[in-house]
Order: sequence, then structure tokens, then C-alpha cells
Amino acid sequence: MDLSFVILVEVLYGVASLVLISAGLAVVFGMMKVINLAHGEFMMMGGYATITAVGLGVNVFVAMLVIAPLVVGLIGLIVERLVIRHLYGRLVDTMLATWGLSLVFIGLATMIFGNTTTGISTPIPGFAVGGYQVNGYNFFIIIVTIVLVIAMFAVLRGTRAGLIARGTMQRSDMAAALGYSPDRIYMMTFFCGSALSGLAGAVLAPLVGLVPTSGGAYIAKAFITVIAGGPSLIAGLVSSATSFGLVSQFFTFAISPVIGEVALLIAAVVLLRTMPQGITGRFFKGKL
Amino acid sequence: MGRSASQDVMITLVVSAMLIWLLPLMISTYTLTVLVIYGMLGLSLGLIWGFGGILCFGQAAFFGLGAYTYAIAAINIGESTLPMILAVLVPAVFAALLGAMMFYGRLTDVYLGVITLVVTLILFKFVNSTAGPQYVIGNARLGGFNGIPGFQTLNVPGDPGAYIWGDPYFYVCAIALVIVFLLVTWLLRSSFGRIAVGIRENEVRMGLMGYDVAARKTVLFAIGAAIAGLAGALFANWGEIVTPNLFSLGQSAEIIIWCIVGGLGTRFGPIVGAAGLAYLKFMLGQQSMIDNTLVMGLILVLFVLFLPRGLVPAVASLLNSIFGRTKRKPRPRRMRRARHG
Amino acid sequence: MVETVLETSGLTMRFGGVTASDNVNFKLKARELRCLIGPNGAGKSTFFKCVTGLLTPTEGHVYMRGQEVTGWQPHQIASLGVGIKTQTPNVMDALSVHENIWLAARRFYNVVEARERADSIIDRLALGAIARTQLGQLAHGERQRVELGIVAVADPWLVLLDEPAAGMSAQDVDRMTEIIHELTRFAAVVIVEHDMQFIRSIAQTVTVFHQGAVLMEDHVERVMSDPQVRAVYLGKKA
Repeated sequence: MDLSFVILVEVLYGVASLVLISAGLAVVFGMMKVINLAHGEFMMMGGYATITAVGLGVNVFVAMLVIAPLVVGLIGLIVERLVIRHLYGRLVDTMLATWGLSLVFIGLATMIFGNTTTGISTPIPGFAVGGYQVNGYNFFIIIVTIVLVIAMFAVLRGTRAGLIARGTMQRSDMAAALGYSPDRIYMMTFFCGSALSGLAGAVLAPLVGLVPTSGGAYIAKAFITVIAGGPSLIAGLVSSATSFGLVSQFFTFAISPVIGEVALLIAAVVLLRTMPQGITGRFFKGKL
Repeated sequence: MGRSASQDVMITLVVSAMLIWLLPLMISTYTLTVLVIYGMLGLSLGLIWGFGGILCFGQAAFFGLGAYTYAIAAINIGESTLPMILAVLVPAVFAALLGAMMFYGRLTDVYLGVITLVVTLILFKFVNSTAGPQYVIGNARLGGFNGIPGFQTLNVPGDPGAYIWGDPYFYVCAIALVIVFLLVTWLLRSSFGRIAVGIRENEVRMGLMGYDVAARKTVLFAIGAAIAGLAGALFANWGEIVTPNLFSLGQSAEIIIWCIVGGLGTRFGPIVGAAGLAYLKFMLGQQSMIDNTLVMGLILVLFVLFLPRGLVPAVASLLNSIFGRTKRKPRPRRMRRARHG
Repeated sequence: MVETVLETSGLTMRFGGVTASDNVNFKLKARELRCLIGPNGAGKSTFFKCVTGLLTPTEGHVYMRGQEVTGWQPHQIASLGVGIKTQTPNVMDALSVHENIWLAARRFYNVVEARERADSIIDRLALGAIARTQLGQLAHGERQRVELGIVAVADPWLVLLDEPAAGMSAQDVDRMTEIIHELTRFAAVVIVEHDMQFIRSIAQTVTVFHQGAVLMEDHVERVMSDPQVRAVYLGKKA
């Protein structure tokens, strides 16, 4: 009983962290058809923003949930204006340019913070369930993720901005014809996407030692989760994160964490091979 | 096709002979060797991307696979000739299987990028985790993140005691690059190469003409991997150790940067880009003011934004306009890289 | 007894709830010229795509010269000796006219013969002046003509053309008509077309599509004067 509870939490955590890692990339890709390969570095910067803010005496939750998203969102805004804006519609070129940006950010972080591991301790203590120790912070991540998904759904469904966003997602030319400047929509989208990346990086920072190259660990997972999810933003994100989370946690328990990671990647290859349009291109068509 | 084939071969031979003679006077052969090897690696991606339109985010996978194949085979066999051959074949077969899976599934662009990237990561993660003593192939321990040191390096075929190292090793690598370059030239002049370019330009049309696009892309992909594998084996000999970093995403990124900077759709571009940037990185490595990852990233961003065709085509058209060649040479169109407009 | 080169039986294609092609039975004899007409959304193009392998039909069969080709890839169908031209110009923009046509010839002939055939078709299509020009720099009509050259160079016995006259000038259309007539000396030709002028000038037998199914199939004059056809197609236009 205790074991199954622990496993349930671990699986939920696995899924939640995938959703969290991928949300920023999914927003940017879903809305703008831009693959931001610097996404992992945005997360890394979210982590550093948090650590720096905490070092300056800011409350850790304020640092994670407010400061990091804002800082990274602003960096994203600058990046969009300087680079991405010139490459809209050129999918491969944006991938290459953002890959270049990811290297730039790694270099900058190395010069500023040095090539050493830094970190902060988890602000929530663990607790025991029967004979097992459960990491309390994992609950926090699960809750943050659930709140995030609900918030995204509410914004897209319930607000005027969400309506415009959904319109742009489906037919950006029509949205433009109706008088909504795609330039501004893209700018806002990229800001939101970057902020989400920053948030994810910040929330996950206490769990991992942070180095300038930390982003590399996230980008591949985020990339495959988003691509495998397919055209529907939220349904795609949740469905592909769930499938990959289940697969990787299963193999993690059955064999080892490394095999879990490898199984996740192999599952991605198989999934893309069988469903090149992504999960929501095949099922949940036309959902959010 | 301005020049005839024999002219092309002659120019290649003369220029490379001069470079092989002159460059060691300026740069140490130890450094030059690795520049040559990177040049070959750049050429491998330049071939499949620039002429076949296959953007592979994981060319490093084949490079690493070649290096590991060589190291493992050399430890087990105790001489270098067969391991060299295996180091070319194993990546080629691996790429043929991977390519068949992708191309028969009609995956393009992003999906190709994701899968090649993911496969590279799988290899990286797997090899990185093989530190334990249970991971052994024959006599060779995989060694995880520590890599495999101490394997038999290149020897004169048939005489395992006669090692080739130092200056002679540079000449071996340089000549290998020249041979590969000539083979690539021949391939691109052949019908196979021209059909590959046709496929790069318009897959649907080539299919409607009756060409089996998936099969041809698979073969081209495997050829690219074979070249990368050879470069990997040469690199293993140069470094005398192989580590999982050969498979890393950073390595893959660098190969792509070389091709972009040098120029896609040319044979020289990727080689020049690879050797030039690797040398730049080497120079940057001697100072600690600026992080060289930052410089590489900046170069990539700037090229994508301002000179997406790369250096070699840009310099070529500049020379053309200066010397006012009246040859009817239509303005080279930007290659179609993205399918979504 | 003239051989049947193309035959479909019960060909049906559904996209979700929409039946774009509904139980089409179609027969084409060797060296026959046939136009497929019908209003937008009548299922002409879907039928065309099912026959050329660009789509796999939900139900039904396609036969070419008696051989079942249902579900084949386009390249397998083309390899039988079928020339295909899609609706939008589908050419290699960065390559020259000569290279485009050479690539098509090379599929069926060796290097030397492919060059000779490419040269001769370039002459026949009066493309000599632009043979070394990149396709991307040519006008729409010229590109269409090059694509016709790509289709014709390999001596196909069946030619499938989707809207070959779209967006062409009157002069270009005249030349196109000539070329198509020349093709029918050796090949059966199927043309999907909107342009009634063009159809009148070229066709004998016309198949009318309506709501995915074949409405009627008859000589062009009789089709044009048929009240039912006028109702679904011409009537709406007039």
C-alpha cells in the first residue's frame, strides 16, 4: 500500500515535470511554429535568476514564481526582437539560430557564474509514508503543474487574448486579416513562452545542481514531448507527457533511471515514426 | 558544370598538395591533423545536408560510433586495418537502418531533426552509463564517462608493431581527406548525385518521375555516416582515447555550425568551415577572456541572420562580380531548406 | 480490341465524414484522350490523387494495363511508364530546364540516351533558348511547359495531367493543345480541367464528376448540352 502510494507520486511527478519542462516550448511552437532550441537555456537562466534572487535575500517562493519568469520573459522578449522576428516562417533557420543562442547563453552563464555547480536546498521537507521517504517538494511540482495547466486552459478558453491566440494558432493570416497585428501577438507569445520556461527552470532548480550546461538535459525532452504532442496545445502536452512519463517511470522502477531515460527517448522515436502528426494529430483532433 | 571532371581532379590534387606542403610550416601537424579530421566530418554533413537536403542533428552519433567501433575492435584484434574498415561500416549500417526507418516513414524537417537528435542522446546516455565492469565487448571495457583509453593506434597494414603517428599520421589523414573529397566529387557528378540534388529540390516531383526517394535518401544518409565514421576512427587514433563527449549535442551543433558558416551546397564550404572554426576555437582556448561556446553561438546566429548561404558561396560570387566574368551564371538561388515556406 | 490501360472499380475515398470520391468506375483505352470535369469539390482531384498514388483510396481498386496498383507509391506507378503532372507546378526550381528534363529521362534511360532525349524534347517544346536557365527564373507558362517536357520525355503510355492549362496565356494554351495531341499518338491521356474553352478544343470524350461520383460520360458536345450537366456545373457558372 505504502509502496503503491510512493510509486503513484513518483509517476505523477514524472508526468508533471515533463509538462512543466515542455510548456514554454509548446506555447511558442503551437502559436508561432517556432522551435526554440534555446528553451533549455531559458530554463537554466530561470534557475540562476532564482538562486541569485535568493542570495540577495528574496523569499524563495517569490524568487521562483515571480522573479524568474519575469527575468526570463524579458530576456525572451529581447531575443524575439533581435533575432526570431527576422526568421518567421523559416522553421529550420529559427531552429539553427536558437541553437546558436543556446550556445551564447551557455557561454554567458559560464562567464558570469563560472563552470561550477550551484544550487539551493528544497524549501519543503520530505516526509515518511510507512517505511518510505517521500520528497515533499515533488508534491509542490505536481501542484504547480496542475495549476499551470488549468491556468493555460482558462486563459485560452476564457479570455479575449486567448481567443485571439487560438485564432492565430489555427490561421495566423486570417487573424492578421481581422486586424490583429501578428507582430504583437508573436511578441507577447514569445514573452509568455519564455516566462513559462523561466518558471519551469526555477521550480526545478532546487532538485538539480545547476551548471551553465544544465539546459541540454531539458531541451531534448521538451522537444520530443512537444513534437509528439502534435498540433493541440494543452491536450498534446498532457497526453504526450503522460505517455512518456509512464514509460520512463516504468523502466526507471523496473531497471534503472538511465534505462528509464533511454526508454523515453526510444518511445519518442517509435511514436514519431508511427504518428508523424503527433498524438493530437491522430486523436483529440481540434481540441485545445 | 563549368569544368570537366579531369580538370576538377587536377585542381583538387594541385591545391591539396600545396596545402599539405605549406600548412605544416605555419601550424603544428598535431593541430593540423585534427583540423583535417574535422574537415572530413564537416564534409560528411555537407554532403547529405547540402546536396541531399537531409538535415541531421546527430551527425556526431556516427562520428562517435566510428570512434568507438575503432577503439573496441582495435583492443580485441590488436591491429588497425580491420578496425578501420569496421569503423566505416558500422556507422553506415546503423545509418542505413535509421534512415530507412525515417525516410520510408516520410519524415521530413523537424521530425528528422528530432529523431536524429534523440538517437544521438540515446547513444550518449547509454555510453555514459557503461562505467560498470559488466559492460564489456570482447576484451574492451566501455568505461562509461571515462571513455576507452589505451587501444592499438594506427599501424602499417600487416605489421602491428609499426605505428603511424606524428607527422606521418598527419599525411595519412590529409591524404584520406583528399581521397574522400575526390570520391564525393565523383559521386556528385554521377547520376546518383544529380538525382540526390533533384530530391533535395523537390521530392514529390522526383517520386512522380519514378525515383524511389526513400531508398535514395537512405543510401545517401549511409554514405554520409560512413564518412563521419572514418573521421571518428581517425579522431580516435589522434586522441588515443574515445569518450562519450564525441556523441554530445555540442559536437552535433558544431558540425552544423561548420556547414552553415562554410556554405551549404558546396564541397569546400563545410571543410573550410570546420577547419577554420576549429582553429579559431583552438586559438580562443588559449585565452580565458571570452568563453568560446559564446563565440561559436554568436557566429551561428549571425550567419543565419546575415549570411545564410555561408562564406564560400559568398566569396565565390564576390570574386565573380569583381572580375566580371561574363559567363552566363545565373544568380545562385538560396537553397530550399525549409519546407514550410 | 483496344487494350484498357486504366481502370478503377468502386473507387471510394473518405476524409472523416466526407466522401470525396464515391464508388467511381472508370475505364480508359489505349491512346484515348479523356477530360475530367466538374464543379469545385466534385472529386476530380481526389480521383486523380488516388490513381497517381498520392492518396490511398479507402475502398476500391485501380488497375493499369491489367495490373492492380491500388495503394502503390507514386514512384512505383511512375515506374510503370506513367507520366504525371500535378495541379501546382512541381519542378526543381534551382536546377536548369535541361537538368529537370534530364532527370526525368535518366530514370528510364542511360546517361547518353537521357541527354539525347532531353535535347530532342527541348527542341520539340521550343525551350532551346532557356535550356540552361534555372526554373525558378521562368514565367509560369514556361514552367508548365517544362513540366510537360518532364512528363513526355520518358515516352509514357499513360499521361495524367491535373489542370495543365491553369494560369496560362492563350498562346501558351494553343501550344499546350498541340503537345497534348502529339502525346496521344502514343499514350492515353487523362486531363483534369476547369477551362471549358480548352476542353472543347481538345476533348472528344468527357467524364463529368458531381459530388464525388461520375454523373455522366459522353462526347463533349452532348455533355455540354445535357441539361443535368448544365444544372450542376455550367448552369451555376452562367
